[in-house]
Amino acid sequence: MQTKNKTRAMRGIAAAPGLAQGPAVVWPEGTVVVPRHTGQDRETEWARLEAVRRVAREEINRLRDKVAKEAGQDEAALFDAHIMILDDAALLKRSETAMEGGLNAEAAWMDAVEHYARKLDSLPDPTLRARAADVRDVGQRVLRHLLGPEAQPGLDLREPSVIIARDLTPSQTASLDKSLVLAFCTAEGGPTSHTAILAKALGLPAVVGLGPAVLDLPPGAFLLIDGDRGEVIAYPDEITLRDFQTRHRKALRLARAEEAEAHEPAITRDGHQVRVVANVGNPGEAVAALEFGAEGIGLLRTEFLYLDRTTAPDEEEQLAAYNSVLEVMKTRPVVVRTLDVGGDKELPYLDLGRESNPFLGWRAIRMCLDRPDFFKVQLRALLRASPGHDLHIMFPMITTLDEVRQAKTLLDEARREVQAAGHPIAETIQVGIMVEVPSVAILADLFASEVGFLSIGTNDLTQYTMAAERTNDRVAHLSDACHPAVLRQIQHVVAAGHQVGIWIGVCGELAGDPEAAPILLGLEVDELSMAPASIPHIKATIRQWSFQAAERLAGEAINLDSAVAVRRLVRSHQPA
Amino acid sequence: MGGAWSQRKLGKDRLSYHHMEYRRIKVTNEVGLHARPAALFVKESGLFKSDIRVRNATTDSDWVDAKSILSVLTLGVEKDHEIEITAQGSDETQAATALEKLIRTDLAGRL
Repeated sequence: MQTKNKTRAMRGIAAAPGLAQGPAVVWPEGTVVVPRHTGQDRETEWARLEAVRRVAREEINRLRDKVAKEAGQDEAALFDAHIMILDDAALLKRSETAMEGGLNAEAAWMDAVEHYARKLDSLPDPTLRARAADVRDVGQRVLRHLLGPEAQPGLDLREPSVIIARDLTPSQTASLDKSLVLAFCTAEGGPTSHTAILAKALGLPAVVGLGPAVLDLPPGAFLLIDGDRGEVIAYPDEITLRDFQTRHRKALRLARAEEAEAHEPAITRDGHQVRVVANVGNPGEAVAALEFGAEGIGLLRTEFLYLDRTTAPDEEEQLAAYNSVLEVMKTRPVVVRTLDVGGDKELPYLDLGRESNPFLGWRAIRMCLDRPDFFKVQLRALLRASPGHDLHIMFPMITTLDEVRQAKTLLDEARREVQAAGHPIAETIQVGIMVEVPSVAILADLFASEVGFLSIGTNDLTQYTMAAERTNDRVAHLSDACHPAVLRQIQHVVAAGHQVGIWIGVCGELAGDPEAAPILLGLEVDELSMAPASIPHIKATIRQWSFQAAERLAGEAINLDSAVAVRRLVRSHQPA
Repeated sequence: MGGAWSQRKLGKDRLSYHHMEYRRIKVTNEVGLHARPAALFVKESGLFKSDIRVRNATTDSDWVDAKSILSVLTLGVEKDHEIEITAQGSDETQAATALEKLIRTDLAGRL
């Protein structure tokens, strides 16, 4: 057994299912070297600092709200102090003066932070001295954002390990050798954090929001990770370990059996086929998608190209990224969603502004249509990547028919520009839209005649139908996409699409939900797109059903009065 | 208390002003001006338009911006230290009075 170290159980949020065991590797913090050079002009450096301070403030506010809910207002007061430090007039004045002297934002900020931290260090009173750690904590948080992706300290994995970190950014995880990752555990972050999405995509368990104590685990500590229950156990005793390993073995056996058949199509007992494809967030995940049996990509999110950087990606860079995905997928269908960001994200080169309701605001296609030159860079790169592949272009957050027409007009312009530059374009490129705003679901027949396919984004469709913000835990009970109000819209969209002969996909979380699978099957959805790791199990579920029985089940489900009732109905039915 | 004054520690840029509010107060709070008390003091200062400066007279510190939490913390104000406050601006009297009251009542009911 693991010797004298005491068993320690930690609770967090179950962010990605599955079990894992192995040694801990803690992502080092604060080991970043501060770059020091002559900055650009004072205004530019100051604007950089202002931009990342906004991001840091949001982060701290989120942490405070979370801690306030879980541990009470007293615990959360620490984060109020962090906000005060972040906004401290003297600290900012000192940074600004250094920038005026020609220093870059990173060095100017960190010098000011160190100045005050040292002053606090030198005080006789121990309570006051302890504040120095808070100043440095805030300093590091801002520095991390200033540096962006390039300068995150890397992690050199030598053996299969459980990754422990404060929170993981896309740039951090991108640098990891995924074949050596057993699971992810983070101190911060919620169920929709990047860590959660990535872990699901890789089929690895993840527990997030474990609190800062998890960062104190010694490197190499033996851990059991339960991504189903959101639990992490360090140095387990013998009984705990034995129980865990029994469960682990059983789960592995089942997963292996399903994975063995993952590359076969998902055909029901009575011969009805559903296309099962993957949601991916970057080119790397496309490979994993194929391994899990994806028949194509139903949603390629393109935000990875735009986030965590200070300038917009140009056409060549985008082309290279799209090519790398399309080359992996060969002639399998790939649906690329154009940029989907809004006021909840910080893109220094876009000036998205602060909005009190970013999910109802100037985002996705709304923003892109207002910035045609910016938008067309992406469209041209996509068109240039198309030859030899089955590329689909999908516009997000469509609300009106006029938006569809405008987007198609811009696509035509981009097409002419690409041709004028002498580049080939594939003969057929399907153009479709996301159905995530109720106005589109309601008028689905009108939209269906304008496009080549409709893909239902159930996360947002549920958010907008139920008027419940996705990231707000307090209204999470309203956000179940199994609600008949959402299911009926899906039914309506499918009927409208099939009327004019186009295919309908579902690409939200619902598509990868085993309980929802027979209902979506019965509603005659043509394509289900999900996190790669969910594919084997969803395919296995579809194969257990007949289309006829699923259709009956779906018919019952849409006449129920709540999401809970729908889930109860599915659980009470054996596949037939 | 209060009224016009002149003193070395304020520096020459302040001497050109005709008038400012001045207070000297003993901090009797058990923990001095630490985390929460300091935060309350800074938040209160932030409510006023006036330029407010504070220093730890007991340790003969420099004058610092009373609206900056880091500056106030670095004064290292402990129980029984005396602090000096100046306020200069359109609401200087209200500001100085409010801060004095806050300290004299041991930040009563706010901690």
